[in-house]
Amino acid sequence: MRIAVLSDIHGNREALTACLDHAGTAGADRFVFLGDYVGYGADPGFVVDTVAAHSARGAIAIRGNHDEAIEVGTNRMNDSAALAITWTREQLNPTQRAFLSGLPLTAKEADRLYVHANVNAPAAWGYVTDLYTASRSLIAMDAHIAFCGHIHVPALYHMSQTGKIASFEPVGGVEIPLSRHRRWLAVLGAVGQPRDGNPAACYAILDTERHALTYVRVPYDLDTAARKIRAAGLPPRLADRLYEGR
Amino acid sequence: MATIAEDAQAAPAPVKDVRHLAVGDIVDGFALEAQLPAGGMAGFWRVKHPDFSLPLIMKIPLLRAGEDPITIVGYEMEHMILPRLSGRHVPRFIAAGPFEQPYIVMEFIDGRSVRELLAQTPLAPDRVAAIGAQIAFALHDIHRQHVLHLDLKPSNVLLRPNGEAVLIDYGLAHHELLPDLVAEEIDDPVGTGPYVAPEQVLRDRTDPRSDIFALGVIMYFLATGERPFGEPQRAAEWRRRLWRDPFPPRSWNPQVPPWLQEIILRCIEVDPDRRYATAAQLAFDLQHPNEVALTHRAQRLHRDAFLTVLLRRLRASRTPAPLRRKSVSGMLAGAPIVVAAIDLDGDTPLADALRDAVRRVLVTDPSARLACVHVLKTARLAIDTWEDAQGRNLHLQRMIELKHWARALPIDPTRITYHVLEGGDPGAALVEYARNNQVDHLLLGARGGTPLRRYLGSTSTHVVAQAPCTVTVVRAHRTAVTAETDAAQAST
Repeated sequence: MRIAVLSDIHGNREALTACLDHAGTAGADRFVFLGDYVGYGADPGFVVDTVAAHSARGAIAIRGNHDEAIEVGTNRMNDSAALAITWTREQLNPTQRAFLSGLPLTAKEADRLYVHANVNAPAAWGYVTDLYTASRSLIAMDAHIAFCGHIHVPALYHMSQTGKIASFEPVGGVEIPLSRHRRWLAVLGAVGQPRDGNPAACYAILDTERHALTYVRVPYDLDTAARKIRAAGLPPRLADRLYEGR
Repeated sequence: MATIAEDAQAAPAPVKDVRHLAVGDIVDGFALEAQLPAGGMAGFWRVKHPDFSLPLIMKIPLLRAGEDPITIVGYEMEHMILPRLSGRHVPRFIAAGPFEQPYIVMEFIDGRSVRELLAQTPLAPDRVAAIGAQIAFALHDIHRQHVLHLDLKPSNVLLRPNGEAVLIDYGLAHHELLPDLVAEEIDDPVGTGPYVAPEQVLRDRTDPRSDIFALGVIMYFLATGERPFGEPQRAAEWRRRLWRDPFPPRSWNPQVPPWLQEIILRCIEVDPDRRYATAAQLAFDLQHPNEVALTHRAQRLHRDAFLTVLLRRLRASRTPAPLRRKSVSGMLAGAPIVVAAIDLDGDTPLADALRDAVRRVLVTDPSARLACVHVLKTARLAIDTWEDAQGRNLHLQRMIELKHWARALPIDPTRITYHVLEGGDPGAALVEYARNNQVDHLLLGARGGTPLRRYLGSTSTHVVAQAPCTVTVVRAHRTAVTAETDAAQAST
């Protein structure tokens, strides 16, 4: 089975479409969405509908903090993120909002765990930024591999049987074999708003037969995505940063 | 003292290991045929499988509960890296066992370990160079696949009956695009005492020139029968090579020619920047002893004086060498072997244009190695054609002209060589030369196309089609009149 895992789409229709097309060509036969479908981008409705359609066909979809904010408010967000949430709330119809509020915080399938922010305290939305925060997830997880997003910068952490933890900066398009003799924490980059200096959309494919993970970078129509953000009256910075990948 | 059997009873092994297997057992379809001598971390079996006709070997890590993390990390690394390597210089990966029963099945290499040669040392210099070149080819091949071996030693090099080297055991290897589990698991430097490079002692596992150092130690051993840095067992003793230079090979064995000492001492320089930039460049020198640029290294008969060593030692203890991040692909791309194929019978504007093109390459890649090659057309293929008086003169004359052609190029004299090849077909001679010397980039001139040339095919056409490397075809700027004349000829 080839599982495509996508995180932090953030209302970016062009990036999502490019990633789904790529995953289809790459032979993905299962989809997992790690949350933050909305916020920042100009097409929240399209993204929620697309994820909901996949979910109806059996895909896993879990909740991110921006999805939660549609319902509970934005008191922990910075100004532009809060503005985008307020704008997004008006764009979504009741069906779309109901889909978001019904999503679980985590999902487990076989030896794989899916969560938006971190494993140890998923509802508190803490970031996995370094070896220490990664270690808390790696110790808490009851799985061979856990996937999370939230930070928009791809990284791969692993812990050996003796408890040694290390990080790795994955190279796009290179298949990484996942040794069965250790635990893995795959932090995905963002589909809709990359922040690692590379503006291409990021998602990952897990090949369960080969026990191998590939981080994929997909170029997409940045101009259209950015133009729509400006046209919607959202903060222009949200358009500019798509080009910078920051 | 507990026996091994008692140990196994006291702490039941979580996985089935080599001690529980017997001839005739079937493991995942692989039939165990014969047990081979075990290594330090693994047991080996000859195995057979109905789906595979090639001879196979099963390597089973000797895992014990909670012990010896290097064994399991070594297994994890080899399991990651071996399936991603291909080619004649690595055993073909066949299969790996599940988590509960780890093993790796790979191609059995019919060859002798270089270790078997150690009993015959010192070997003749030509033999050392020939074996060294084969190992360098193999190293270059895995380096091109993003892999550093980092545990190169005689027992990890097998020589096939045709002389080709195969590198085995990737348990301590590093793949520049994959996580380095060894670096994270083991706090001490890892490797094998006599062969480990100074930067590995300082825990840098990212420099491809560490493998060149280890190959230098192997050649030193083969040429002298001695190990340049002894056989230190403890990692703390490995540091000594940071300041104490070894005895020059010629002090052990006066039969070692200066060119071979030059090559060996350059390989085992403490500073990686003073070694060969790539294994291909090392192989080039080993294949062309007469072209090796000799420096002070070639003539040395003694180690450095006490005071020099003392100062180096103080410096080494004060300032740990900075960790340099080197990517294998970056190193290889920055230090190509470039060949300029010069037709000395051709027209001057074309030779000038070719030199301009070569100059641009040298400016872009300052570590490039340049070989200036001319093919002397011979009607006969007899080996002694150039030994008659006239032939020898022509050969020498061509060398002089080659050097004259290259005199203004911006390149260090130690990195340029001159070669007059002989052959009836210049294109075929150039292609063969490119193949034998791991050439990265070949530049040659193409004369204007006459109808006859278009019909028969030119040297450059042949080289472009056949050479195993990048080929640049250079043309002289032609005046409009010439071009029109050509066009008129072509249309007739």
